[in-house]
Amino acid sequence: MGRYVLRRTAQAAVALLGVSIVVFALIHLVPGDPVRPALGTRFDQELYETLIARAGLDQPLLLQYWNWLTSALTGDLGVSFRTGQPVTGALLQRLPATMLLAFAALLVGLLIALPAGIVSAVRQGRPVDYAASSFSQIGVSVPDFWFGLLLILVFARSLGWLPPSGYVSPLEDPVEAIRRLILPATTAGVVTGAILTRFVRSSVLEAMGAEHVRLARAKGMPERYILRHHVLRNAWIPVVTITGLQLATLLGGIVVVEVVFAWPGIGRLALDAVVRRDYPVLQGAVLLIATGFLLINLLVDLLYARLDPRITTS
Amino acid sequence: MSGAPEPTPEHDDSTDAEVVLSVRDLEVSFGTKRGRAEVVRGLDYDLHRGETLAIVGESGSGKSVSTLALTKLIPIPPGRGTGTAHLGDTDLISLSEAELVHVRGQRIGFVFQDPMTSLNPVHTIGRQLTEGMRHHLGLSEAAARDRAVELLAKVGIPSPEDRLGDYPHQFSGGMRQRVVIAIGLSCDPEVLIADEATTALDVTTQAQIIDLIAELQADLGMAVVWITHDLGVVAGIADRVLVMYAGEVVEQADAPELLSRPRHPYTVGLLASLPVLGDTERGDLAAIPGLPPPPTSLPPGCGFYPRCSFRSDERCATERPPLREVVAGHLVRSFYEVPEEQSRRASAATRIAIEPPDVRDEGVA
Amino acid sequence: MTEPTHDPAEELQAPDEPSEPRWRETLSALLKNRLAAAGMIVLALLILSAVFADLVAPYAYTDGDIVRRLEPPGRDHWFGTDELGRDVLSRVIFGARVSLQVGAVAVGISLMVGTLIGLISGYRGGWIDAVLMRTMDVLFSFPVVLLAIAIVAVLTPSLRNTMIAIGVVFTPIFARGVRGSVLSVREEVYVRASRSLGASDWRIISRHVLPNVAAPVIVQTSLSLAFAILTEAALSYLGIGVQPPRPAWGLMLLDAQGFIPTGAWWMSLFPGLAIFLTVMALNLVGDGLRDALDPKQRSIIQSRGVT
Repeated sequence: MGRYVLRRTAQAAVALLGVSIVVFALIHLVPGDPVRPALGTRFDQELYETLIARAGLDQPLLLQYWNWLTSALTGDLGVSFRTGQPVTGALLQRLPATMLLAFAALLVGLLIALPAGIVSAVRQGRPVDYAASSFSQIGVSVPDFWFGLLLILVFARSLGWLPPSGYVSPLEDPVEAIRRLILPATTAGVVTGAILTRFVRSSVLEAMGAEHVRLARAKGMPERYILRHHVLRNAWIPVVTITGLQLATLLGGIVVVEVVFAWPGIGRLALDAVVRRDYPVLQGAVLLIATGFLLINLLVDLLYARLDPRITTS
Repeated sequence: MSGAPEPTPEHDDSTDAEVVLSVRDLEVSFGTKRGRAEVVRGLDYDLHRGETLAIVGESGSGKSVSTLALTKLIPIPPGRGTGTAHLGDTDLISLSEAELVHVRGQRIGFVFQDPMTSLNPVHTIGRQLTEGMRHHLGLSEAAARDRAVELLAKVGIPSPEDRLGDYPHQFSGGMRQRVVIAIGLSCDPEVLIADEATTALDVTTQAQIIDLIAELQADLGMAVVWITHDLGVVAGIADRVLVMYAGEVVEQADAPELLSRPRHPYTVGLLASLPVLGDTERGDLAAIPGLPPPPTSLPPGCGFYPRCSFRSDERCATERPPLREVVAGHLVRSFYEVPEEQSRRASAATRIAIEPPDVRDEGVA
Repeated sequence: MTEPTHDPAEELQAPDEPSEPRWRETLSALLKNRLAAAGMIVLALLILSAVFADLVAPYAYTDGDIVRRLEPPGRDHWFGTDELGRDVLSRVIFGARVSLQVGAVAVGISLMVGTLIGLISGYRGGWIDAVLMRTMDVLFSFPVVLLAIAIVAVLTPSLRNTMIAIGVVFTPIFARGVRGSVLSVREEVYVRASRSLGASDWRIISRHVLPNVAAPVIVQTSLSLAFAILTEAALSYLGIGVQPPRPAWGLMLLDAQGFIPTGAWWMSLFPGLAIFLTVMALNLVGDGLRDALDPKQRSIIQSRGVT
């Protein structure tokens, strides 16, 4: 077990190093001068030179990377070309909104996928199964931002039940925070739920077909008991894995949903940075999300190992 | 249907032991895309207390299905079993799913083929061993645990109290099969059904498991149905043998009789195809040519007709042969018998091949 | 049933010679699958209307009648008009062109580059394999949409750069899949035999490896097309994909959002419906192809949980 954790962690570290190289390279792949466009019309030679120096763009490439990496490790991701403010601060300010949305969406997804996937596997080939399959087929094909727009049209514009957009911190006004969270979380959650439903169904089906389930039946265990202890107990290992991966995917794809609902998260920050050519902010946001993505994947693998005695005890 | 089974006409003189399981006219069929598949076509047998009945056949002969169908362990919806199967006074075929739960595991224990997959990898073997006992016998956790230790010791697992918390992957294949046997025996069943229980094991382990079941049987007195494709295994354990082909019994007799004087061409073929240890001259390892007929399109006459090398009666192709009692207790589904000379030759090879247990014991001493 | 098979012929059977993918059988299996057939019909209609957009569309996509702006669906404008009085139906039809074009080119890029990388990596092995695969791993370490955004950010938003970005993002999927297939084919007896007979690498690749890799690659292509079109729509919606005045579906939705308060639901409904139907059709065809070509293969996208 210990060796597995070490090996898997080392792998993640190597991948993270690769990610850091790509993120670092971003700014250098920009054709022409990366700083000048950010300043736009308010060009100021002094500010320009300060920014170049602050970003270390006047140094040799390898040294630049080393400096950038070591600062990044200490939490210093440079300053915005636009505002001159530290990138880390901007990211930390946006992080809670993104986390809140991602976890809420995952919750919605699980609330849909667990019952739908389990019931459709147990009632394989029956109408419920077809309904669940149709739902997941539709769900994986629906563009999330369009689904979000439809929700806004129906629930905000026509029915007026919920606010169309915006974020309120749950610490300030929990009720309003939840009202604002419902539409974006549903948007991201339904798509997630559609993907998860497929996995839950196929995991449960696979677990149901196992030989030990047949033996449990031959032992005379009641169906409910078998479903709970010999099917779901086994199926939930892959389901936990895929749920974790889905959280990682959500984190990456949440940009679009954040834009639909004017949700002030990391994704919106990244998109604004793209439009404003504010490369340090873009780098920071990409690095943060990619790191989160890698970390979640790592945790999922380690959790998987915890859950499966075949790995734990060997 | 209810009531006690009628006495078996053809087999009342061989033993006085009580009949535990009495199967009559058992038929199993499935609806498939290619039509109705008749997998078991009329099966009759009696199983006595303390007896081992071997059901022998190739894959698809219906040997497994015929026993799984007894407790509806083949949950394919269009599959249907008809006939009667009395376990004591209970007709299993007429039982509901809810009633069957109390038969499975409690009155009939099962051991399946592959010990690598028949245990759940995520539960300890202690858990898997005790759950049936707690459910059927209502034992407390501690009592079930004590009994589990006892059972594991009985099936030959060293220091059993230390192994209850272990997971299946921490056991070897043979040890796992011992655990599965312990599970099968945990509720003191009247019948133990071993479905190819040694097929996935290596030869040495196979012999150990066979000996173990024989010992346990002598000890506990349950009846055993041993399902196998391997006549070599049969010689070691069976009291009676039932040879199945294309869903029906083609030959049925006491084991020594059947192995020394097989009378159905299929049985003869099976015996002749057994490999003989250390015999290199018998190069013509006479595997029976061809494949069994698909259960969706059975031939009108004898099921074995297309592959038969003896066929000597014109009715073979057109008429389904009856199951005839040729000698007391020896039934053959054929219009004729395989000539004695060929029959003896096939069985002579067998005797060298399989060494019945008594020979083995003497050899060691 | 649990009986072991005792057909000696089965064990002795030589591995199937890799045959040409059986097009005819595949097609008939595909047509028998009702969902896949429906998907193919939708796709065929889409492609036709994209190709003949000038003939099919009732108006030019730039034609605007400002007087009749934001008109709900009616006799003259089945899908209504947008804020400049342009016919939404016509713009949706011309939008098919953009979507299919971006999808096809982007997936074409990743298909070619990815297959090449996968072939080299799997066939050569050694340090080349290690370097290429670690690179692919790094690309895999980014969430798909985020990586596409980052690439577009560097290259500046345009139709061409959208294609490149999506192409890069999908390359590792093909590279990994192809490499896996190559590795399994490479050790097959018949491949080792023809190598020992002195067949050239190219001959082995074209005769033995490619035909075996074809089935999973075809399935992956279809599913990737679906996801590429979704990604393009998302990028365009974010304003960093296809640029106006080109009529891309995602771009139309970006426009439409501004007019939700006015109740112009048709501007949001129809372009999105077009994306949805296209993606669904491609997914259905992809699933059908997978079942027809290789029931065992699970798409890499699916196993990654992205779909």
